[in-house]
Amino acid sequence: MLSIQDFGETTSGLLFYIEVTINGLLSGVLYSLVALGFVLIFKASGVFNFAQGAMVFFAALTAVRLMEMGWSLWLAIPATLAVMIVLAFAIERLVLRPLVNQEAIIIFMATIGLNFFIEGLAQGVWDSEVHPLDIGIPDLPVEALSNATGLFLTQFDLATAAIAGALVIVLAIFFQKTRIGRALRAVADDHQAALSVGIPLQTIWVIVWSVAGLVALVAGLAWGTKLGVQFSVVLVAFKALPVLLIGGFTSVSGAIVGGLIIGAGEKIAEVFYSPFIGGAIENWFPYVLAMIFLLVRPQGLFGEKIIERI
Amino acid sequence: MLYREAGQFKSSYRSDQAIFPIFQDRIGVIIILLFAFLVIPMISSEYMLRSIFIPFLIFSLAAIGLNILTGYAGQLSLGTAGFMAVGAFAAYNLVIRLEWMNFIVAFAVAGVVAAAVGIVFGLPSLRIKGFYLAVVTLAAQFFIEWLFTAVPWFTNYSSSGVISAPPLIAFGYEFESAQSRYVLTLAIVAVLALLAKNMVRTTTGRAWMAIRDMDIAAEIIGIRPLWTKLQAFAISSFYCGVAGALWAFVYLGTVEPQAFDINRSFEILFMIIIGGLGSILGSFLGAAFIVLLPIALNNAASLFTGSGLPADIVTNFELIIFGLLIIFFLIVEPHGLARLWQIGKEKLRLWPFPY
Amino acid sequence: MNVKQLALGAVAAAVLASPLTAEKVFAAGEQFVPVTLYRTGPYANTGEPLMGGYMDYMRMINARDGGVNGVKLVYEECETGYKPDRMVECYQRLKNQGETGAGMFNPLGTGLTYAVIEDATKDKIPVITIGYGRTDATDGSVWKYVFPLITNYWSQNTAKIKFIGQREGGMENLKGKKIAYVIHDSAYGKETQPVIAEQAKKYGFEVKTFPVAHPGLDQKAVWLQIARQYKPDWVILRGWGVMNQTSIKEAARVGFPRDKIVGVWWSGSEQDTVPAGAAAEGYISANFHGPGTDYPVIQDVLKYVQDAGKGTVDKSEVGTIMYNRGVVYGIVNIEAIRVAQGKFGNKPLTGEQIQWGFEHLDFTPERIAELGATGLVPPFKTSCFDHEGQAPVKFQQWQDGKWVAITDWIETDQAMVRPMVEASAKKYAAEKGITPRNCATEN
Repeated sequence: MLSIQDFGETTSGLLFYIEVTINGLLSGVLYSLVALGFVLIFKASGVFNFAQGAMVFFAALTAVRLMEMGWSLWLAIPATLAVMIVLAFAIERLVLRPLVNQEAIIIFMATIGLNFFIEGLAQGVWDSEVHPLDIGIPDLPVEALSNATGLFLTQFDLATAAIAGALVIVLAIFFQKTRIGRALRAVADDHQAALSVGIPLQTIWVIVWSVAGLVALVAGLAWGTKLGVQFSVVLVAFKALPVLLIGGFTSVSGAIVGGLIIGAGEKIAEVFYSPFIGGAIENWFPYVLAMIFLLVRPQGLFGEKIIERI
Repeated sequence: MLYREAGQFKSSYRSDQAIFPIFQDRIGVIIILLFAFLVIPMISSEYMLRSIFIPFLIFSLAAIGLNILTGYAGQLSLGTAGFMAVGAFAAYNLVIRLEWMNFIVAFAVAGVVAAAVGIVFGLPSLRIKGFYLAVVTLAAQFFIEWLFTAVPWFTNYSSSGVISAPPLIAFGYEFESAQSRYVLTLAIVAVLALLAKNMVRTTTGRAWMAIRDMDIAAEIIGIRPLWTKLQAFAISSFYCGVAGALWAFVYLGTVEPQAFDINRSFEILFMIIIGGLGSILGSFLGAAFIVLLPIALNNAASLFTGSGLPADIVTNFELIIFGLLIIFFLIVEPHGLARLWQIGKEKLRLWPFPY
Repeated sequence: MNVKQLALGAVAAAVLASPLTAEKVFAAGEQFVPVTLYRTGPYANTGEPLMGGYMDYMRMINARDGGVNGVKLVYEECETGYKPDRMVECYQRLKNQGETGAGMFNPLGTGLTYAVIEDATKDKIPVITIGYGRTDATDGSVWKYVFPLITNYWSQNTAKIKFIGQREGGMENLKGKKIAYVIHDSAYGKETQPVIAEQAKKYGFEVKTFPVAHPGLDQKAVWLQIARQYKPDWVILRGWGVMNQTSIKEAARVGFPRDKIVGVWWSGSEQDTVPAGAAAEGYISANFHGPGTDYPVIQDVLKYVQDAGKGTVDKSEVGTIMYNRGVVYGIVNIEAIRVAQGKFGNKPLTGEQIQWGFEHLDFTPERIAELGATGLVPPFKTSCFDHEGQAPVKFQQWQDGKWVAITDWIETDQAMVRPMVEASAKKYAAEKGITPRNCATEN
């Protein structure tokens, strides 16, 4: 016989489950934001950009330091974007152009050099202190929502989710429907072939690194608000890797879906299952989850099917 | 002129199959080994031995391990430090729990344990490839790190979780001085490096390279992909495991999971890419680059700190230069430092004639 | 690729190799103090102000007093990046510099400490770990050259429970209370678990551990468990780096009161609270020294160093927790040199001689007042037997954008900690084959 009290217990248990899931999904959106940057560059050059975390950090630090110098948020964002575009030009000219047509692993290694360079640059030009970042969206529970449903969700989380969603839609249209988007995919397939059909490789690279800079800025602002802008922001890149695995390295929408799966999965695992095995499994659980997905679909959920010929 | 192989005819299968078929190479290797074994310990300060040569050798060994897997067998791995951690902890537990065991034997057994773990995490490699596989090996990295933190048995229930390695005593001799530790490391690394050099030219090594170049084609000519890949994972992990044990016992003297974090894995990957994928020599050159450069930059920077430049800017400048040098070397020679040596060899062959 | 490039490469290699052997030369008659710190990496924001305070204090002593009893202090920095292997390199590089070699090392980091303990013991150079490091090294009979000075983690933990008892209106009220123990999932985070388990038994409260995976960027899972499922009366936070402010923020998001969270002293600096913004208001942490600039010694640092434009860090850092901690490091380290000079004469001393100084520190309230550090440094006394000093602990709260001390010094529970230290030291000595010194015969 179910007493009323039992019923109360079950609903609160269920509610808690829902709350964990929703919070996980919202965390996942933040992972997706970082993953998007990786996807953009992988899509356009077949290169895994190791420096993405450093770019997120650099963008956030530039924005926050400009704001501390008295600039308003709406001035600091375009200014930072301009800096990221300059960086994209520099990267294309000094790193990518001399390495045209090299194997992916070589360019990957170059992005590692780039990673050290940007880390040093960011902290050398600005500093290595923690800077609080307030973009004007309170990170406190929405009361109307918590009173009505008992769920504690913050405005900031909801806003980030909305921004990430918008960003994905824009990027998806950009890749699928525009000339530049198609050119990007051609470049990823083969540098030489793309060049020979008249695609301006260099312009394409500048564009894609600039867009990646924009995504890095958005991710940087989101994570910077959460953690304060500091070196640890570069570590968010590790949160994005399993997302890429599930979503596929080449799919913009995959990054979002992957992020949601990882976010919800890791939170549910951590809250409900990890206490039995010692806790703090959040670092490896997403990778194991991703591995299981990969064993079924080796190119990720949304990745392009790998066709192998001899 | 100096490096001419003309006239060195191979008249038996034996000589054709020598590790170093060219006379000059044999002499060169012997000279380097003699120099490393006899001259370096005599002329080097404790600083050079303890903080330059020993870590350089250990990193070289780990880099050889990763090069076997990534450079020869084509399986990109980011779990190197995890396998090193397995080696370190296995050696620790063997030495602590089985007191009769000679630590050199323990290192070897630790390598075998690491190899077993490597096989387990290598299993998905049959299905998952490229960057996807790299991220799967990250699962190994994070899981192993977590396991050694979460299960206190591995650290012998030490309250602080960091354990200090027991003294290195073998054959009644305690390896305590910097010189003896250096020679010990060098001996282990030299033996394993020569083994690796030999291994990559046998059937095993050729099978790895066939898999690397195109696994489907390799399968068609009768190479078993799963067997070959797992073999590469096992041998690679063995090398990494021994390197991890050396790192913990001979170099730092402490064993803690955090010493084998993800950054260490990346560091070793940098080494083989900078040094040259698919080259034993490249593993050494890459290790030298990645180990020595930051120290040299830091030393150079410390000469500047008195000169009024703010120290924090100098420190960050080190990172910038390090990054720029990596990019510079890749642009100048994308195939790594080992390729530079090959080019040098070509030049020496012709010298003093231009062609 | 041609011969020219090869030659270029060779020249570059030679240029890079030369600094490996270059060494700075120091004048005779100066005491060399190595400074190992981290200005890069995830913890750079704490490394800089911390060692900034240390270096500024040494500069102040040189500027104000002309050194320690006329012996000038010189130092050289070495960047460790918070990595044990770099620490070993720094140690080897700096240990023989100066006229008498390095006086002591402050490795700044537990893993870094472990990596140099054996070498330092062999080389007879004290390793000073103030507020971190190897807790059981408190037993000086086993670890002659290791000094976890002032207060170690275990002692601190007993003071924390006392503080919570005070807040609850008496230790007897702890019975039946629930404490959530949020820790960094590492050796550092887990170190105090045996002590708190012991205390839970003694006072009858309940403890549940919530490990947070490194680096702790996202802690929703842990804080949902705490606030919705476990619902503790208090939270003890043992975090480090970015984990701290994330914990504080997540606590705010799930609505857990911040004035019921007590942090360890590595979770209680401006670096942890400022990024958390308004969420940090009311958050409490332990400390082994005082906050603010209101001490004569800090005023002297301002006057002789910062205002003279010779500060190693920005003036705004002066008076922050990390900076003050650096000044405390300076006071304690330099005082040991002074004590050792009392025995060995006013000249540069070797590490072995300074070890004697560290073993005979006596920070009485009078001496602390002479140093101009009343309220900044707790009173403590070391001996061969006790390398810690059993100093009391202060608690501070984040109020209106600054740290305010909310208690006086709270004594630690040595009756509980000391036997545990000795047991652990004994186990280590047995494992390593060390015969402990007989402290009764040493002076």
